[in-house]
Amino acid sequence: MTDTNVSFVRTEQIPPSPPPAAEAGIVKWMRENLFSSILNTVLTVIAAYVIIRLLMGIVPWFANGVWEAGSMRECRDILAGASGACFAVLVDRWDHLLFGFKYPPEAYFRIVIALVLLLVAALPVLFQTVPRKLLLFTGLYPFIAYWLIWGGSLWTPLMLLALFVLTAMVYRLIGEQISTDMRKIAAAVVGLIAGVGLAYLLFIGAGELGFIANSIGTSGALNTVAYGAFWLMSGFTYLFFIPMGIFVGYAIYNSYEGGGLVSVVTALLFLYAALTFVFGPVSDGLASVVGLELQAVASRDLGGFVLNMILGTVCVSLSIPLGIALALGRQSDMPLIKGVCVIFIEFIRGVPLITLLFVANVMLAYFMPPESNFDLVLRVIIMITAFSAAYIAEVIRGGLAALPKGQYEAADSLGLNYAQATRLIILPQALKISIPGIVNVAVGLFKDTTLVSIISMFDLVGMIRGPIQNATEWIGVYWEVYGFGAMLFFVVCYGISQYSQWLERQLQTDHH
Amino acid sequence: MKKSVILGAFAVAGLSAGMAAAGTLDDVKARGQLNCGVTTGVPGFAEPDANGVWQGFDVAVCRAVAAAVLSDSNAVQFVPTTGKTRFTALASGEIDMLARNTTWTFSRDVDLKFEFTGVNYYDGQGFMIPKELGVSSAKDLDGATVCIQTGTTTELNLADFFRSNNISYEPVPIETGAEAVQQYTAGACDVYTTDASALAAQRANFEDPDAHVIMPEIISKEPLGPLVRHGDNEWGDIVRWTLNALITAEELGVTSANLAELAGGTNNPEINRLLGTEGDLGGMLGLDGDWAERAIGVAGNYGEIFATNIGEETPIGLARGLNAQYTDGGLIYSPPFR
Repeated sequence: MTDTNVSFVRTEQIPPSPPPAAEAGIVKWMRENLFSSILNTVLTVIAAYVIIRLLMGIVPWFANGVWEAGSMRECRDILAGASGACFAVLVDRWDHLLFGFKYPPEAYFRIVIALVLLLVAALPVLFQTVPRKLLLFTGLYPFIAYWLIWGGSLWTPLMLLALFVLTAMVYRLIGEQISTDMRKIAAAVVGLIAGVGLAYLLFIGAGELGFIANSIGTSGALNTVAYGAFWLMSGFTYLFFIPMGIFVGYAIYNSYEGGGLVSVVTALLFLYAALTFVFGPVSDGLASVVGLELQAVASRDLGGFVLNMILGTVCVSLSIPLGIALALGRQSDMPLIKGVCVIFIEFIRGVPLITLLFVANVMLAYFMPPESNFDLVLRVIIMITAFSAAYIAEVIRGGLAALPKGQYEAADSLGLNYAQATRLIILPQALKISIPGIVNVAVGLFKDTTLVSIISMFDLVGMIRGPIQNATEWIGVYWEVYGFGAMLFFVVCYGISQYSQWLERQLQTDHH
Repeated sequence: MKKSVILGAFAVAGLSAGMAAAGTLDDVKARGQLNCGVTTGVPGFAEPDANGVWQGFDVAVCRAVAAAVLSDSNAVQFVPTTGKTRFTALASGEIDMLARNTTWTFSRDVDLKFEFTGVNYYDGQGFMIPKELGVSSAKDLDGATVCIQTGTTTELNLADFFRSNNISYEPVPIETGAEAVQQYTAGACDVYTTDASALAAQRANFEDPDAHVIMPEIISKEPLGPLVRHGDNEWGDIVRWTLNALITAEELGVTSANLAELAGGTNNPEINRLLGTEGDLGGMLGLDGDWAERAIGVAGNYGEIFATNIGEETPIGLARGLNAQYTDGGLIYSPPFR
């Protein structure tokens, strides 16, 4: 039974009334997010107090900032006791902070061009949609950048480029384009040369070990142990240099049927011989005919943020392929390769980077002849690359381990050989998993390049800590220069981080 | 370009490392450049200016040696070193001499096998404290926190001083002078101790220099001077007598203004011997007769170098004090040129 005696029935809906003031807009957001409980209210008040105090300190400091002054004293006179930054130091020394204090100012534009070209060269590597033909430019970029930054004769990088191309051609020729009989002859010759060369190197090395032992001497227990150890190594090397040479030479000769080892060794021998005997005279000769010279700049004269950029870019781009090779090597079935990779990775990971840098800076000088001018920047690049390669190898090993076993078996069942399976099936998936880890290492590595300031190289931090803070005009400057340095690093590192997140979204294949 | 040198370096190392090194003088002449170790920056003593050119009191010694040996005061490769890398850089042959306000001590001279070629600045370790602490003697600093640079002789002197006075302190170890000043002015430590010259230089640049006092006690002897490796006495002699030439020039009144005139010959036989118009002192060093004239010509005599870089007219504002000529009651004294 329903009551039919209804006196009023609404015929249309009431329009929705606006929510109460306390439940809308900014008030609601604040109630929910800032004052939802007593604890949150207390925390909000404390945080607001801290933020306001910080802003009270920082805002006037920025707003009063002095941009035009010749020294810290003039800054203080202009400020007349008020709190304020002395940004004049940045105006005075911006070029030193960016380029180092010894790079010739008239050549700054070369570095700027090199950095702009770096962006172009990086495009095809970073973005799949960019035309693939640009990769050719990426391949040429290292030679262009070397010429722009270090200067000297253009023939040096051109000749190097030509040598690399020729080496690749030799590799293809020996490996793929000649008959097995021809390769057998080549293998015999190359095996003989490599065997004799190795034996010679070991012979020299044995002498060097003895020389080191003698220079250590026997004063003190530790020295005596080192002395004995070096002489023992020297003795072993003397004992085995001929058998090792024969063994390696024969192994190379024996591999002529597969062709892989023979072509690699031939190409390396070719590269070595060309660099040693042909490179210098020919590039000097060409330079004397047609100059094409830029003002040469020594490695020691590099500095500032550019040095951090050079070290970061070079070391990251070298250590990723090296890291992949180490990670694959560590998973290898061949005990020698696996052993070498494991020892390398574990040794490098067990030693702090700063120790490696000290070795690069001071210890190597003891072992080298006094006049051998083994470039300091090159030494540092080798050390940092080795360091980050070991870490990247472990990151990629994580990616490899995360792949289901079925992927390896599927690759095998398709009849792919090891190289094909790795290139087409394993690495694309493993690298995708490893992206966050690799980027993490890369960002960390870029920031670690500031450690070179400890071995008295004037990178950005070295410039700040050394010449700028100790300049007679700028004694007492602190936050301005470090803030500037932090800003530069933040821009680059945040950019890398954003790119890697974008890349992860691009490579997402599991559509949820 | 000799890129092959890099590739073959390890192989070649075995061959050439065994050969006896030639004399440093010959190496420097063959290279056409003097490798001189300096600091990464100490105000007034060694600092690159806004144009990137090294300036300073220690730098002047390097330039004088380069002028004496190579006739070019700019033929110097300044190799910046830190307190930790300076001795290995010299021992390994990366640099030919070190002019990096380094204290001459027994163990550095004997055990580390270096040869100090003289003293270009007599320093001593002092203390700076804020005036408001109201302390008048360093012996009243019991329990103080002390900002101190690591890896220097000051660290050891500090420990000795507090131990011998039976008082305690808490060290705040710091890497560079600039950081030490920042920590001190921020109140992270009560006392800042380092060489008195550096204290004076840094105090002069404080926002309020009068709020800080330097204690009267000087707790150590810090004779700072250039040094070379043991075992190459010819090279050591050149560095030693170049420094002595600068000092003697001040004593004899030879300045950059009257140098050219005096080099023409004078009635004073010692000036004549110094500037090579009499005798053959340069030849005995393996240099030519004008070596000292060139060395003095770079930036003047010792007194002029002092005045332009760290003297009372500069922002560093150091008085000559112990570093006056012995004739003026200081310790600066050169053996005779005879």
